[in-house]
Amino acid sequence: MAVFTRGFGGRAREQDDRLPPGQFLTEDFPVLSAGPTPRIDTDEWEFQIRTEAGETHRWDWDALQALQQDDITRDIHCVTRWTKLGTSWQGVSLDTLFADVESSYDFVMAHSYGGYTTNIPLEDLLDGKAWIATGFNGEPLEAEHGGPARLLIPHLYFWKSAKWVRGLVMQQDDEPGFWEQNGYHAYGDPWLEQRYS
Amino acid sequence: MRRTGHVDVWKTATVVSATQLTPSGRSLVLDVPGWGGNLAGQHADVRLTAPDGYQAVRSYSIASADAGDRLEIAVDRVPDGEVSPFLVDAIEVGDQVEVRGPLGGWFVWRPEETEPVLLVGGGSGIVPLMAMVRAHEASGSTAPFRLVYSVRSPEDAFFAEELSAATGVEVTWIYTRRAPDGWPRPAGRLAAADLQALEAAGVEAPSVFACGPTGFVEAVADTLVTIGHDPARIKTERFGGA
Repeated sequence: MAVFTRGFGGRAREQDDRLPPGQFLTEDFPVLSAGPTPRIDTDEWEFQIRTEAGETHRWDWDALQALQQDDITRDIHCVTRWTKLGTSWQGVSLDTLFADVESSYDFVMAHSYGGYTTNIPLEDLLDGKAWIATGFNGEPLEAEHGGPARLLIPHLYFWKSAKWVRGLVMQQDDEPGFWEQNGYHAYGDPWLEQRYS
Repeated sequence: MRRTGHVDVWKTATVVSATQLTPSGRSLVLDVPGWGGNLAGQHADVRLTAPDGYQAVRSYSIASADAGDRLEIAVDRVPDGEVSPFLVDAIEVGDQVEVRGPLGGWFVWRPEETEPVLLVGGGSGIVPLMAMVRAHEASGSTAPFRLVYSVRSPEDAFFAEELSAATGVEVTWIYTRRAPDGWPRPAGRLAAADLQALEAAGVEAPSVFACGPTGFVEAVADTLVTIGHDPARIKTERFGGA
């Protein structure tokens, strides 16, 4: 039984059923990062997927742009409790990038420029659930939001959508990434409020 | 990582003191049986429940780093906000809320750390840095501590008297809109020159904790990287927009 707070009536009363429990709506696009914003020139940018066989699949910026580009509209949910509805992104599906990748491992560690990591089950990246996003609202993705390229996994709390992503490494086991080692949940389902470990 | 477990448990908190810090900011000291202390820089979720069961939760940095069952939060009123105006303007001593935490294991300073530290705070971004200043003083740490605190005017500073009296930390005040009479630095945003002046004054390459509104932290972190700080030693916490 919750403790009532005298005099508190609440004000926003957001009743939108697109809002996961404990979230509130924002129109802004807050920025949360553990450190300085890396500035990565697209000339130097590279993305890789590395498998247990030591195989490395690489894409430079032009190679990524040459792939099928998707328009994606999804709600996004930050563990710090803001939810932004109907955000519009452009990017490449992980299905496209994994098309020629052979791996029997079930987990992925995403690595970013700047040293950030986050762990994700492989099945949460496939079947139209995740992208490498390079555009937001029809414009190139700004560096403070993870540009030139970030992961976009809208069905998980947004810290899983690693900014400045540079590669994915196949993992046999689900090992905690950066925020997961710092008190946050290993999986992060917003609808189950999986915020903290 | 955390000093206490069971962060998913909501604990009942009673407001034991409330102090206006600035025209828009207020400190609340909460008594939370079973809290058990927190590290400097951690935060807590605060949950308010209306009589009809409606709930709102927000996360607040903790200004204290004591070992006991009390914690201090300092809240700045967000215009049009749902929770902060209530905490700044309405809640009274004796009222109850619920808290969960302490949370966060990244933006923290531990007294056993000996390297020089540079704290850079903008506005209410001082709160977790205040916990670090207090932990530094309480532990008798000899780690060199420097704080750069950017506020609009002298009236907008949180914990101004305590910071002015604090031992073991050198404070540089940056006033962005209005400086005190006779202040040597004209009012204006924190600039590269301010941070370079610290370098020139012999502040060693330190660990950096920067906290404040997004634009402030973005600018500070960029500037520090540009003047040669190791990005891997700059920790940031940003707020705003929600």
